[in-house]
Amino acid sequence: MDSEKSNKKPEVCTWFDQPKNIKRLKIGFYLVLVLLVLPDFFIHKHTLFSSIEAVPGFYALFGFISCVVIILISKLLGFVLKKNEDYYDR
Amino acid sequence: MIASLHPSLLFFIGALLLWILPVLGRRILILLVPAAAFLIITQLEPGTYYAYQLFGFDLNLLRIDKLSKIFGYVFTINAFACFLFAQHLKTRYEHTASLAYIGAALGAVFASDLISLYLFWEVMAITSTFLVLARMTERSYGAAFRYVMVHIFGGLTLLAGILLQVNETGSVAFDGFTLQGLPTYLILIGFLVNAAAPPLSAWLSDAYPEATVTGGVIMTAYTTKTAVYTLIRGFAGWDVLIAVGCFMAIYGIIYAILENDMRRILAYSIINQVGFMVCGIGIGTAMALNGAMAHAFAHIIYKALLWMSAGAVLYMTGKSKCTDLGGLYKTMPLTMIFGTIGALAISSFPFLSGYTTKPMIMAAGVHEGFFWVWLILEIASAGVFLHAGIKFPYFVFFAKDNGLRPGEPPKHMLLAMAFLAFICIFIGVYPQPLYNILPYPVEFHAYGFEHTLNQFQLLMFSALAFFMLLPLLKRTRTISIDTDWFYRKGAKLFVYGCDKIFNGINNFGDRIFMQKIPALLNRFFADPSANVQKHAVRLLAEASGDESLLEGRNAEIEQRTRALAYPVGGGVFLAVVFLAVVSLLYFV
Repeated sequence: MDSEKSNKKPEVCTWFDQPKNIKRLKIGFYLVLVLLVLPDFFIHKHTLFSSIEAVPGFYALFGFISCVVIILISKLLGFVLKKNEDYYDR
Repeated sequence: MIASLHPSLLFFIGALLLWILPVLGRRILILLVPAAAFLIITQLEPGTYYAYQLFGFDLNLLRIDKLSKIFGYVFTINAFACFLFAQHLKTRYEHTASLAYIGAALGAVFASDLISLYLFWEVMAITSTFLVLARMTERSYGAAFRYVMVHIFGGLTLLAGILLQVNETGSVAFDGFTLQGLPTYLILIGFLVNAAAPPLSAWLSDAYPEATVTGGVIMTAYTTKTAVYTLIRGFAGWDVLIAVGCFMAIYGIIYAILENDMRRILAYSIINQVGFMVCGIGIGTAMALNGAMAHAFAHIIYKALLWMSAGAVLYMTGKSKCTDLGGLYKTMPLTMIFGTIGALAISSFPFLSGYTTKPMIMAAGVHEGFFWVWLILEIASAGVFLHAGIKFPYFVFFAKDNGLRPGEPPKHMLLAMAFLAFICIFIGVYPQPLYNILPYPVEFHAYGFEHTLNQFQLLMFSALAFFMLLPLLKRTRTISIDTDWFYRKGAKLFVYGCDKIFNGINNFGDRIFMQKIPALLNRFFADPSANVQKHAVRLLAEASGDESLLEGRNAEIEQRTRALAYPVGGGVFLAVVFLAVVSLLYFV
């Protein structure tokens, strides 16, 4: 079951299990994403190291790509590092 | 005079008083001790007190300056919350260990010389081990044993460094080290063991999750953050720490993502967070050190909050693996909210405590022009939200419902969490009081529009990545091998290898020298002359290529030997040969 965003307070106790609410959360989540990138097109952005940082949505892209890379690297390392729970007991 | 009381002393006296007080008295005492210690620290004037002499050195147990005070504050505030969380415990044993452990941590922070520091350092290692042992499971005994062994190693490295340092400089003072050499490197390694810097970090993720519900909460704050304090005091501006810190930040994330046990996820995220601080210490500018200290302060609070929420789940369900949990928001909504506040604070979510402290370290790195530091810490910031900010609350409180309906934990636990959640929000919204107690003037404003917007983008798109790649993050019933492999499996392999090699040599020697050679000699000397003849005959037969007569000859020889029918000349000839050999040996 795919529920979005954990930082919302549940009003009733099965709130996050209702498909209707999950859909609402998803729409809300995507809306927030769009609203966060939108101002970038209208403000002058300061840069720290390179002019790429001024591209609208730079930090959004940065966060997204970072996380994808981290997850993929973890997944790959997992093939080597993950062992059964009784690994040390054998 | 209250101002001359040493804060540690209160904790040590409290640890003793526990053994004569009834349960209600103990409950009040464990709250009173940290509260009183906090008040005393607020009253302490800068300077050094509690001078004593040991081995001919002038030592001081109490050094008060802004740096030691800020750690004193947060240690006592956190202790108060932890003991509030631990009110349900009726045993004296755990509280005694906790009080002595926190007292020793305060002692280490306030010690002004290396010898006092070392003494408190070792007391911390020993007392904290009891918080793991108190879980009283087979696993916790093993983890506690490994924990104390690693800390003894770290402590001895530190001691060796201190002795060499004192020998070289003639001073026991604990201030910033300037000389780079074996003594200071040994001290640095000793500190880094406690800061959980890889490859010496596995003790943390091994032992903390095996500790008791309350022991785990208490342990998260003191050992690693005392190490952060000593690094700030001794090694500010040492470049190597930048690399160590960056590595820790990434390392903690990757392991936390692989992990299934919720408290182990949080243990790895300690390494990740301490990485940010160590990096700040390595940068070493006023702003970076301010950032490291402020972040240590905020971190202790939200990390204890996270461990409390995980502890409450463990306390109520008896389970700590993500694969067994899930769907707990239905019956533990308050715990979920407090845990989520902690999770967002660690992710440096705007309006929570991580956001007003961590970016200070990164801004200091940018100010120095360290592109790679900025890049790695920014990636790590996104990763924090991934592993601690979303993964922990998602898999524990949401995700797949495993049918657990535990209900909220006892009120005192909720109260403790509410208290810490309040501090997280307070520091996030109004960080000025925290900035005021930092050693250097703060020129940092967290809430610029652009900076806040950037942070929101970074975090929310990290969340998007999390939910899009959720299938890859599916929890598995596994553990991940860490550097403790070397002393857990490695030790077994070592013993196995020694067994194979040395016992192999032993068996080989036994077979050759004790069995085969004596048997051979035995056969030969049973009838030496016949054997020599048989051998000569066989050689002759092989040389001539005609082996048809061999059997007959051998039979002849045997018959002759049995009948002792040798001509006298043969015996005389052998005697002459023997004498010739002997005389050659003696006279040549």
